[in-house]
Parts: sequence; C-alpha cells; structure tokens
Amino acid sequence: MRILVGVKRVLDYNVRARVNAEKTAVDLSNVKMSLNPFCEIAVEEAVRLKEAKKADEVVAVTIGPKKANETLRSALAMGADRGVHIMTDLRTDYMQLQPLAVAKLLQKVTEKEKADLVLVGKQGIDSDCGQVGPMLAGMLNCAQATYAAKIEPSGDGGLTVERETDSGTETIELTSFPAVVSCDLRLNEPRYANIKSIMMAKKKKVEVLKAEEMGVDLEPMTEVLEVYEPPPRKEGIKVASVDELVDKLRNEAAVIP
Amino acid sequence: MVLMQYCLNTFPRKVPPRQAWRALKRSFSLSPIDPQERRNTPAVTNFSEDESMIRDATRSWANEQLKPIVRDMDNAGELFPDVLSGLFDCGLMGMEIPEEYGGSGMNFTSACLVVEEIARVDPSVAILVDIQNTLTNNAIRFWGSPELQSKYLPLLAQNTVSSFALSEAGSGSDAFAMRTRATPSPDGSYYTIEGSKLWISNAKEAGVFLLFANVDFEKGYKGVTAFVVDAHSEGVQVGPPEKKLGLRASSTCPVTFDGVKVDAAQVLGEVGQGYKYCINILNEGRIGIAAQQLGIAKGCFDVAMPYLMERKQFGSAIGDFQGMQHQYAQLATEIHAVEVMTYNACRLKESGAPFVKEASMVKLYASQVAEKVASRTIEWLGGIGFTQDLLAEKFYRDCKVGSIYEGTSNIQLQTIAKIIQSDYK
Repeated sequence: MRILVGVKRVLDYNVRARVNAEKTAVDLSNVKMSLNPFCEIAVEEAVRLKEAKKADEVVAVTIGPKKANETLRSALAMGADRGVHIMTDLRTDYMQLQPLAVAKLLQKVTEKEKADLVLVGKQGIDSDCGQVGPMLAGMLNCAQATYAAKIEPSGDGGLTVERETDSGTETIELTSFPAVVSCDLRLNEPRYANIKSIMMAKKKKVEVLKAEEMGVDLEPMTEVLEVYEPPPRKEGIKVASVDELVDKLRNEAAVIP
Repeated sequence: MVLMQYCLNTFPRKVPPRQAWRALKRSFSLSPIDPQERRNTPAVTNFSEDESMIRDATRSWANEQLKPIVRDMDNAGELFPDVLSGLFDCGLMGMEIPEEYGGSGMNFTSACLVVEEIARVDPSVAILVDIQNTLTNNAIRFWGSPELQSKYLPLLAQNTVSSFALSEAGSGSDAFAMRTRATPSPDGSYYTIEGSKLWISNAKEAGVFLLFANVDFEKGYKGVTAFVVDAHSEGVQVGPPEKKLGLRASSTCPVTFDGVKVDAAQVLGEVGQGYKYCINILNEGRIGIAAQQLGIAKGCFDVAMPYLMERKQFGSAIGDFQGMQHQYAQLATEIHAVEVMTYNACRLKESGAPFVKEASMVKLYASQVAEKVASRTIEWLGGIGFTQDLLAEKFYRDCKVGSIYEGTSNIQLQTIAKIIQSDYK
C-alpha cells in the first residue's frame, strides 16, 4: 500500500498571529513557520502503518514556496520515504490558494503516484477550513473518513476508522481504495525526529513540480475582504446576586430570552 | 577603488578579493537578502540549515518534554529516567560521534547549540549533555585507540552516560596535584586504581568514567594518565550526591576507586600523556559551558519578558517604563555579545585556528553575564520572582557554579593573561 500524506507549512502554533497594517492578511514576514500539527499527526500515522508492515511507502506532498522544503524535510525526518514539492509563491493560508485548488492539485498527485491511501490533517491551523480531505475524496470519487481518532487495519486488507463526531464515535470500515482519511488530534502523538533522521532526510528524494504547470485552475473561489483581530476582551464585572446575573444576561448581553 | 582596498583590508587573506567584494556588495545592497541566502553570509550567528534544524528540534523537545518536569526534578534533586532516554533517542548525547557508531555525525557548533537550547529550559540536564559531548565523547574520539572507540562510542551515543573524573578533595584548580594512583601490574597488562575523586558530575547516572590517575608520582604531572573505566567495575563506589545550591537535578558525587583493576587496553592514548589530554579537552569543553551559561541568560529573559509586558503598575506595563527598558536593553546587549563570542569560538575551533584564549574569555564572560542577568531578573519580577512559582529563582541558583566548574574564573583570567603576555613577547 502506498500512502500519500499532505503536509502544510503554516504559522507556528506558538506564534501569536498579527494582522498586517492594511488589514488584508496575517503578517507572515519573518515569523516562524512549521509543520501543521494535524499534518504532523497524519505523517506519524502513515509511518506507523509502514512500521506495522501495512504500507510499503509513505510519500509526503507539500504545496508552497521554496522554504516549504523544510516542512517536507520534517516529514521525511519522521519517516516518510520521499517527497513531492509543488512550488508556488501563492499564499497558502487561504488568501490566494484555496482548498478547492489544493484538492485539485492533490488529486493530480494522488493519481500520478497511484496512492492507495491519502492521509491529511483535518484542517490547517491557519485557514481552519477542513475542506481539502472531503473535497479530494469527492474528486477521486472514493471513500472517505474524516476526523479519524483511530485507524486500524482490519483483517481483510481494509481499514477500520473511528471518527469523532459531536454526538459520539462513529466506526467506518474502509474496504475500497484509494480512500481519503483526515486525521484529528487524538489519533496519535507524533514522534520527535532525532538528529540522525533529520540529517538522513536531506538525502531522501524530493520531486519538485510547479503548481502553474499542473493544469489546475489556481484562482481563488472567494475573495477575502478584510482580516481583523477579534476585539480585545473587555473587563468583566462582578455581580452581587443570581437575580442580577440573570437580569444582565437577559437585558444587557441578550443571550437568554 | 577605495571599496576594493577596504575589502582587501577587512577580509582575511584567505578570502579571495572577488568573494570579499561580492560579500561586501551584498551587505551594502539595498535589496533585501533572501532569508535562505542569508545563511551563507559570514556572521557567526548565521547557522547552516542543518544546525538551525537541530536547534529548532532541540528547542521543541526541551519545551515539550523537559519544561513540565524541571521544577519536580529540582525539588527531587535528581534526573528522571525518561529524560535520559529522550536525550539518547533524539541523538543529543552523541552529537559529534560518527554515524557508523550510531552517533549523529554533526559538528561542535551543533553540540553547543543543543547545550544552549537545553540550558534555556534546564541547566542541570544541559551539563549532563555538555560533559558527554564536549569532554568524554571527544576525548575518546581524539585519543582513543580504534578498539576503545569501537567499544565505547556506540554506547556513549546510544545509552551510556559518562563522567569526567578529574577533581579530588585536594586538587581542584591544581588538578595535577591529584593523589589517585594507578599502579601497573608486573607484566603491564593491567593497572590497579586506588583513590577518591570528588565533585564528579553525572556520577550517579554514569556507566563510564573518564578517569585521570597518576601511574608514577616521581614524574609529577607527566605521570598523569587517562583511563576509560566501566562504572560497574569491582571496587568502584559512587557516593551519595552532594546537596547543592543549584544544578540540583545533576548528580555531583564522590567516587572511590578501591583496588579497581583496569586493563591496559583501557588507557586512553599514551601513558603519561593524560595531563595533555586533560588540558586540551577542557580548553574545548569550556565553550560548552559558555553555551550553557548563555542558555541560562536567555532562559531568564524567557521568564521575565512576558511578565514585564503583562504586569501593570501605575497604569502601564512595567516593561514600558524607561528605567526597565534601559535595563533589559543593556543586558540583552551583553547576552548578544556572549552569543557571538560563544559561536565564534566554536567556528575558530572547527576551522583549526587557535581558540584557547577566546574559549577562556567566553567561559569567563558568559558566567558573569548569566549571573548578572539571573540576579536582575528576580528584581524585575518582584515578589513572585523570589518564589518557586517561577523558574527565575532556579536560574539564579543554577548559574552560580558557572564561575566555578571547568576552570574557575580566576584560572580563566590567568590563562587569558598568559596568552596576552605571549602575544606581546
């Protein structure tokens, strides 16, 4: 089984996002970027499947500028066998390249690589869309399981996926491939790449493609009009009694009828 | 061609004029340098892609795996086993050991970056990593026989902690006044070690000691010999750890050698050359200590700065008061100087250039800056800085040994002075 894993270069989760002066986007100049945490979980799962001999090869794919090769390298250091780097200077945080185009690009790679399973993070922590996984499955006309909290090989070469929903855990049996699975937080705890793997990752093969040359319409479907920070939290007040609390909830905050 | 002349005068002869010109042109250019290209310009704080990745990976590991247990380890006065296995798994204990021995195959600068990043979170763990990498591993790599190397380097890279057993009750700065004796057997096939070492870091966790003993007191320091001794050899007794002011999680123990038999093959390098190996390896290890002190200073800022920007008094964040701004700007400047000195010393050593003076200078200065920063940090934090709620008080206690171990500050000053004198003779 060949697993294709999507890895995205995003603003590091520790960095406080700031909006640029023109209020058109998050200011990404000189800020620390890293591997999207949900993508990291996807890579870890793919590598574990390979270590359990359920998969033969793990291919990591990223879409981004030249520096996204560092993201690929992190995935390779965790155990992916080789990488595909789709080069583009378009912003991948939803401002320019959007989920539909991303899904189309990944469809091309899935078909080219003849991947049996595509693992992606449930969402990017910059765009928070959660759309690429399901869209890709639709385009490939294949089965999907999103928000996976557990993936286990089932006896007959398929996969049993437990997905987390608001009302409980849903179990899906994936029996036909290719299939797309998006990974949620509780799926696994990613490993720390050790120095040796980080160095060896440099030697692993990375194929570079150009997004503009892949025959996909990269135009955004939606236009972002404004990006602004949420209003700063106002100071709270102390109330003297439950009656006063109810009164304020009803008449000031208008959150109860 | 004033500019050309400037290039030729500014850059060392080694750099061909055309390269120097290009580098100078770049630094004067108005167009921004692509960050990826920036790494190739000659600034000591521009690290290679590999070194940056290692630094970032170590920082993540330290923040995620080490930070949550730092206070607990300090209170318990010991390192938790998960920390040790984490260090080995990440390849941090064998930074310069070649890959064929299971090491990480990196350079000295990477080892110092690792020490700095770990010290920024826990200086006790950093000293363990520093001693392993810059003292034991390198001594065995430089002077060990092929047999010693193939036996110990894999262990040191993958699962065995080591200690540097030099100091004794009667010999600290005067290291070669040591009384530990190594008596050769009549046929010379083994040595019997008798003596007591004191202040040995990592002794509780160590599986291997790099031991210095004298095989012939008549020869004075020329009898000092280095031995690689298995910690579990019969006759090796590790005493209980000292109760220290700081670096409490790092074990510092007396170690007694009571008739310990050590095979002649375990001699590191040549008999009677131990004093030379000791001096040389400590000259380098010093830079690692500077990296640790640098990490401490930065760790203090990591605690203080967020607090300064959040804590409000008299209607404004205390970090915005000019008096405070002047203080942290001044100290940040000194920390930057230590950083530049540390990594410059690393690069000098890597390039094969003389570095002893610079290494002494940076160890001396780094320990001074760390102490100053740690002390001032507590003042900035006010009352809470004086409690165990924040790590500032721990850094204050931890940094003090910086001016003492691996060569006291007074000894560093002597070393520097002697080299200056010889420069002018």
